[in-house]
Amino acid sequence: MATHAQTQRETRSSRVRPYALTGGRTRTRHQLLVETMISVTEYDPEVAERLLPESRAVYEHARSPVSLAELSATLDIPLGVIRVLVSDLAADGVIFIHPTGQAYSYDHNILERILDGLNKLSA
Amino acid sequence: MASTSSPRDHAELMLSAKIVIAGGFGVGKTTFVSSVSEIAPLNTEAWMTEASEGVDDLDPDGDKTTTTVAMDFGRIQLHPDLMLYLFGTPGQSRFWFLWDDLTRGALGAVVLVDTRRLSESFAAINYFEHDSEIPFVVAVNLFDGRLTHDLEEVREALALAPDVPLITCDARDSLSTVDTLRALVTHTMRLNVTHGAA
Ligand SMILES: Nc1nc2c(ncn2[C@@H]2O[C@H](COP(=O)(O)OP(=O)(O)OP(=O)(O)O)[C@@H](O)[C@H]2O)c(=O)[nH]1
Ligand SMILES: [Mg+2]
Repeated sequence: MATHAQTQRETRSSRVRPYALTGGRTRTRHQLLVETMISVTEYDPEVAERLLPESRAVYEHARSPVSLAELSATLDIPLGVIRVLVSDLAADGVIFIHPTGQAYSYDHNILERILDGLNKLSA
Repeated sequence: MASTSSPRDHAELMLSAKIVIAGGFGVGKTTFVSSVSEIAPLNTEAWMTEASEGVDDLDPDGDKTTTTVAMDFGRIQLHPDLMLYLFGTPGQSRFWFLWDDLTRGALGAVVLVDTRRLSESFAAINYFEHDSEIPFVVAVNLFDGRLTHDLEEVREALALAPDVPLITCDARDSLSTVDTLRALVTHTMRLNVTHGAA
């Protein structure tokens, strides 16, 4: 993977337009699930400034932890594209990818905490 | 859980978990998610996914690798550092590859059934019995507030394995949906112990 999201002026059909933003790549290195949350480690207006509009929107929205699914829904950007944008921002070191329960194989401790949280809801 | 001493711990240690709400057309998936979510269910009309992982370039024809489908999800913050997401599967079973994408990483699934239209949920049950590794429970959504069939009859009609929990719920009632989620988490814990996972 060479450089960070560069737009290549390519003639593509409008149907695949979103992928042009990411140079047509759909491969991601991180395991990015629909529930994976990201957040901006240290917000920097200059970083925001130099990002392409879609990446910038993701960056701005991630000032507090937000999931890929929420980014897709609120920004109206297909999940496949969100995955690539997030992957590039992470490679750039400007966002943090949070772990999901799966990263811990939903061990006993995590399930216990989930159950505990649910118990509080029904109390 | 490992910790750092940064004042941003709180946000940085935020962990997310996922439960999938499945079942056939009109069984109450959206109602279930809405009753317990702390945000109005979000709908991703613009949802698009790859037919297979690791595709480098989009099919020039574009047709094979992309699709748009409505799918809704909700969220419950269980602890300051633990967020639970609930995803309803799209009803149409032709989007199997999307189910794979959706269920990957889930702690489990709730398959909703409507006893008046049991066959609506056959495909979902088949999927979790044969094509997926994640734990699941089957919940009879009590549309009319009471059970019209004996649960054992329902289990038989669904040809459900004896080790799959079968419970009842009212998808409109948040206490009932929370109970259903607890039953699923408990089931997953039990399976972890049995299979010695983690
Ligand atoms: N009486 C009663 N009605 C319910 C219950 N759950 C859902 N409904 C109603 O049944 C209809 C279908 O419920 P939905 O939650 O939209 O079902 P769904 O599974 O999301 O449907 P699709 O997304 O179209 O597959 C709606 O009109 C709900 O209001 C219930 O527990 N009792
Ligand atoms: Mg629905």
